[in-house]
Amino acid sequence: MGSVIKVEDLSKAYQLGDFGTGTITRDFERFMARIRGKEDPFLKIGEVNDRTTKSQSDVVWSLKDINFDIEQGDAVGIIGRNGAGKSTLLKILSRVTAPTTGSVKIKGRIASLLEVGTGFHPELTGRENIFLNGAILGMRKAEIKRKFDEIVDFSGVERYIDTPVKRYSSGMYVRLAFAVAAHLESEILVVDEVLAVGDAEFQKKCLGKMGDVSQEEGRTILFVSHNMLAVQKLCTKGLLLANGQLIDDGDIDGICEQYINSNNQDLRSNFLADDTEPIGDEYVKLLSMKLVDSSLEDVKDIYVTTRFGFLIEYEITNDLHSPDLSFLISSINEDKVFHVVHETGNYTKGRHKWVAWIPENLLNNMEYLFTVGITTSNPVLIHVQHTIVFEVHEDPESPTRNNKYIGKMHGTVRPHINWQRL
Amino acid sequence: MSDTNTESWDIEITPGHKLFDMKLRDTWHYRDLLFLLVRRDFVSFYKQTILGPIWFFVQPIITILMYSFIFNRLAGIKTGTIPAPLFYLAGIIIWNYFSDCLTKTSTVFRDNAGVLGKVYFPRLIMPLSIVLSNLIRFSVQLVLFFILAGIFYLKGMSLMPSPVIILFPVLILIIAALGLGFGMIISAVTTKYRDLAFLVSFGVPLLMYTTTVVYPLSTATQKYPGYSWIVKYNPVTAIIETFRYGFFGTGDFSWGLLLYSCGVTVVILTIGIVVFNKVERFFVDTV
Repeated sequence: MGSVIKVEDLSKAYQLGDFGTGTITRDFERFMARIRGKEDPFLKIGEVNDRTTKSQSDVVWSLKDINFDIEQGDAVGIIGRNGAGKSTLLKILSRVTAPTTGSVKIKGRIASLLEVGTGFHPELTGRENIFLNGAILGMRKAEIKRKFDEIVDFSGVERYIDTPVKRYSSGMYVRLAFAVAAHLESEILVVDEVLAVGDAEFQKKCLGKMGDVSQEEGRTILFVSHNMLAVQKLCTKGLLLANGQLIDDGDIDGICEQYINSNNQDLRSNFLADDTEPIGDEYVKLLSMKLVDSSLEDVKDIYVTTRFGFLIEYEITNDLHSPDLSFLISSINEDKVFHVVHETGNYTKGRHKWVAWIPENLLNNMEYLFTVGITTSNPVLIHVQHTIVFEVHEDPESPTRNNKYIGKMHGTVRPHINWQRL
Repeated sequence: MSDTNTESWDIEITPGHKLFDMKLRDTWHYRDLLFLLVRRDFVSFYKQTILGPIWFFVQPIITILMYSFIFNRLAGIKTGTIPAPLFYLAGIIIWNYFSDCLTKTSTVFRDNAGVLGKVYFPRLIMPLSIVLSNLIRFSVQLVLFFILAGIFYLKGMSLMPSPVIILFPVLILIIAALGLGFGMIISAVTTKYRDLAFLVSFGVPLLMYTTTVVYPLSTATQKYPGYSWIVKYNPVTAIIETFRYGFFGTGDFSWGLLLYSCGVTVVILTIGIVVFNKVERFFVDTV
């Protein structure tokens, strides 16, 4: 086996801000430093890429000192939040841009799919675009010809193959584009979140195809996606990136768990106490958000049999047109469980307090995300959006379980259902 | 982990690069893409038009009509023994090829940022496809030139091609290389600072008047002996003059000027390749 990709001390710096008259003097300084054989003066002051804080310098390290090896046949999921450096890493691996320092060594052909349908020309027919797109992705004409029928078959747009792609529906467009990419013959395939498009059936087909590629054909896959389920299904190993640094690599399940936990750590601390800085825009400020019991006292532990409430306090600081309060409860994998909208009707300036009661015997014993939003329609504006994590614990005495079954009850909800003997 | 020092790697991605590394092997592998891009340019040019490729003729025909009227009739610039329309057309098709190669290449990074930012292929493919696409255009216009020459010949014009005509393929090569070289230099500079792009958009059409498209070199030297060096040392002038001399047997052909053009072309193309190579690796971050 042996490694097919070897990444050593890879870093990439980006310049923030606008390029204009100011930047040319700096370019000149950098040039002078270089011809005198000195280090680039502006890279030294580069800092960790945390997009939430305003930076001191305008050079930022999108990737910093990344090291890893990938062995042949591995399916590697690259995980991280927005801005963690996933796309930059893929861009360097697919040779779209060059690193600032460090090196990547690759064995075999590498094909990258950072986007589906790159280079599709709207005026050309599906047939012509298959050839053009295939060639852009590095296929030879003979190779495309050989696989043409297979590609058309996979895409399922046979009827439109001689129609200009500008007349295609967006779904057909994506199908055709993915079909071309899926038939690439390369030892290494780099895939960005291209599966975010297309209908569920087609997404499944794509995932299946990519699974085939790694498992049966023994090719190496690098896959970036926010869809944890897809990553876990497809990949065997994972790389976790945060703020341009490699946090960990290893078995995919461990990496996914670590990613989810690192997210939760942040969200758990996101309960707004009365004394924290309020969040919001110039109209609405979210002052506090907490979990309360029936007597409006703070509650720590919630069981499946607990009736509890989300207490939300906000201040309207500007004239608003009938704001709505809404919340979304989703599982930790961000699968939505349910969504509730409440018209507050009351939009006077000042402080408002609402509590949303979650009945007992509704949620299962697991972690949930609770996202609250304060919105107005006409025009639709989200004034405040805030997510927290809360956990519901098991209650052995719960009427919704049978104590003969000791495993976890399935599903994201666990309502108390009435049984009637007939 | 095995000892990596002894392993051989197919691709190495590093920040540095070799000055003249043209990645020709890579480019050769992508030759099909080159032809498909040329085909795309050609086909998409006349899609949804009724006249199709005939549009390639329209622009030069209207231009020579205008030039004949303005420069020949109105301004009274004599074109020697060569009929005015033919004289202009010979200059126009060469100049057009040069300026099309230059202007299209100079915006190649910006025009194709979408594709180049998502997929790797040897970047040189893009400017090469521009040169080849325009070569098709050039050939079509050359056909027009032959048709027009045939018409004038039947009407009694004397046509005495000189042996210099065998240089014709070399002329095309020079003009393409010159346009490509200038274009690559400009493209490299404009990825970060777009100032030069403005200069190109109005400068290139004006530059045409410093070549012998609308007047013979002899006229320029006679009337403005003090400034004619500008025209003389424009590297495109020698190409146009050689082309005319080759076909019509009259004009100001000189080996010296032609060699000078060759020299300039080699220098410009070399600089172009070096800066293009340097910029292609990072342009995605700044374009």
